[in-house]
Amino acid sequence: MTRLETCFETLRTQNRKAFVAFVTAGDPDLATSAKILEGLPGAGADIIELGMPFTDPMADGPSIQAASQRALAAGQSLAGTLDMVRAFRQTNDTVPIVLMGYYNPIYIYGAERFIADAVAAGVDGLIVVDLPPEEDAELCLPAMAGGLNFIRLATPTTDDKRLPEVLKNTSGFVYYVSITGITGSAAPQAQDVAANVARIQRHTDLPVCVGFGIRTPEQAKAMSEISDGAVVGSALVDVISAHLDGEGRAKTGLVESVLALASTLAKGVNKV
Amino acid sequence: MSNGTNSYRAGPDENGRFGLFGGRFVAETLMPLILDLEAAYEDAQKDPAFAAQLEDLQTHYVGRPSPLYFAERLTQHYGGAKIYLKRDELNHTGSHKINNCLGQILLAMRMKKTRIIAETGAGQHGVAVATVAARFGLPCTVFMGATDIERQKPNVFRMKLLGADVRAVTSGAGTLKDAMNEALRDWVTNVHDTFYIIGTVAGPHPYPAMVRDFQSIIGRETKQQMQAREGRLPDSLVACIGGGSNAMGLFHPFLDDPSVRIIGVEAGGHGLDTPEHAASLAGGVPGVLHGNRTYLLQDEDGQITEGHSISAGLDYPGIGPEHAYLRDTGRVEYVSATDTEALEAFQLITRLEGIIPALEPSHALAHVSKIAPELPAEHLLVMNMCGRGDKDVFAVAEHLNVEL
Repeated sequence: MTRLETCFETLRTQNRKAFVAFVTAGDPDLATSAKILEGLPGAGADIIELGMPFTDPMADGPSIQAASQRALAAGQSLAGTLDMVRAFRQTNDTVPIVLMGYYNPIYIYGAERFIADAVAAGVDGLIVVDLPPEEDAELCLPAMAGGLNFIRLATPTTDDKRLPEVLKNTSGFVYYVSITGITGSAAPQAQDVAANVARIQRHTDLPVCVGFGIRTPEQAKAMSEISDGAVVGSALVDVISAHLDGEGRAKTGLVESVLALASTLAKGVNKV
Repeated sequence: MSNGTNSYRAGPDENGRFGLFGGRFVAETLMPLILDLEAAYEDAQKDPAFAAQLEDLQTHYVGRPSPLYFAERLTQHYGGAKIYLKRDELNHTGSHKINNCLGQILLAMRMKKTRIIAETGAGQHGVAVATVAARFGLPCTVFMGATDIERQKPNVFRMKLLGADVRAVTSGAGTLKDAMNEALRDWVTNVHDTFYIIGTVAGPHPYPAMVRDFQSIIGRETKQQMQAREGRLPDSLVACIGGGSNAMGLFHPFLDDPSVRIIGVEAGGHGLDTPEHAASLAGGVPGVLHGNRTYLLQDEDGQITEGHSISAGLDYPGIGPEHAYLRDTGRVEYVSATDTEALEAFQLITRLEGIIPALEPSHALAHVSKIAPELPAEHLLVMNMCGRGDKDVFAVAEHLNVEL
């Protein structure tokens, strides 16, 4: 079993839902970002989604765009992101890490080399926004063959006809995008999301987590009640940007504030 | 390209690939719509009513066919090849962009979409989109980099007069690439009612092929007009390239005519030996951006770098995937011209022919100035005059240190 499969198995036996926390690797700088990563499991993150910064994040809203730009300005590279995971695995061998980003940096790194290095570093899964099933030969199939989970996004526009195609080469879990839109935008409507999650569950036994537009513990609770977990990104990233000085450097208390919000969100997810 | 034939015109394949290039690298939210668009476009191609409506608009609204003009004084000046200009700058709205916008808005209406979005760099595409949106009464939002808004004020005002909502994009360097990112974000958000009119032969399949098809009228007319004028094919074609839509429109009907030498001119900015240029083929490597694989200006970590050109229409860090394919197969030669060379060509043709060109085709002319003197008098050269320079006179004045 992969770390992701073990994680969901454990959650199921404990009758809990997954809190998936997203941060961008290297935001606002490598050292601060590494501390956040290290602290997230203690704050209650069941799964960590680590953003691979890219200059042109087409599916992301202003918060995560800015996070990418801060990380790149601080010198973050794809190799640096893999190094962060490797360092994290020195002290934590259980919490799954899913890398999320766009294809070009991986393509330039070399897909085969990236898969091998990611596995060696202790990465568990990949979410690559601009690789739909039509482009599975690029990365999805070799990644799954190499032992990584490939987590696919399903969206409100993914209809029943298309869903089997989207689910065919998906593993680990399904990431249901709660809205048609970019990250950090409109809040999802629980009723619509519930219907779509149920629809996906009719097509697959994989866990379904919901993300996009979830900012508060209440929303996280509402979304995880109707699925297997909730993903929060922009709200955490906003705490980072709120704790930067005039030159964009981390102020004291940044890491603690991010982890405090993560902890509140984690409690929200499993609040009864 | 295989496709079972020896044709250079057979692409793309069913996956939207031109050899290695092209494809459909988009977020899942957009994927069903891209597939719908492909089906709707195939359907429209089979419908004689669609072609008839497009042709009627091209004739009576755009003013096609655009003339193929023998540039007598330019020819005398260089003392070599016989130079013809394909006058797409005479089109309604002042550039070739309208050819594609008409085709796409007719398609948008077939698909029952009620809102139009677009990206623009120099503003020529934005103006053409705002124009067709006004003509057909659809609301329209144009995304334009904040830097470009500053250097293309006349076109910004034109779009506003036409009723478009012009949104300034401040992310990145505030140029065409960033405008395209923002248009894609809007599209993902409003996918149910919105049609995205992409302005160049790039983006996810079927856009590169579809935009090419709508622009190919340039080359088809040129072929007929040259036959009528000279009784034969031209010997060479020259066109400027940002994303590459005017060039693809001129080139495509000639790709399988091996006697025709075809040359695309990229924006060399301050020179290819500096980081300040927009020559994706000369200075880039294959990568994936904005829905397709193509040559991109990028660093060793796969981060996209900003293109630079005096022309806001050419400073895109990528190029249409079919151009990438035509470069790798060797069918088309790709060269570049610098800002300075384009500026010189701009002034020369203005004085010699009484035609003020846009800065984009001034790059093509700059290359013509390099090759025409060495070619024999019977050599027939066609340069695509894809846009007029009204929008650029302020920028040119600034570069020439003239206060208006």
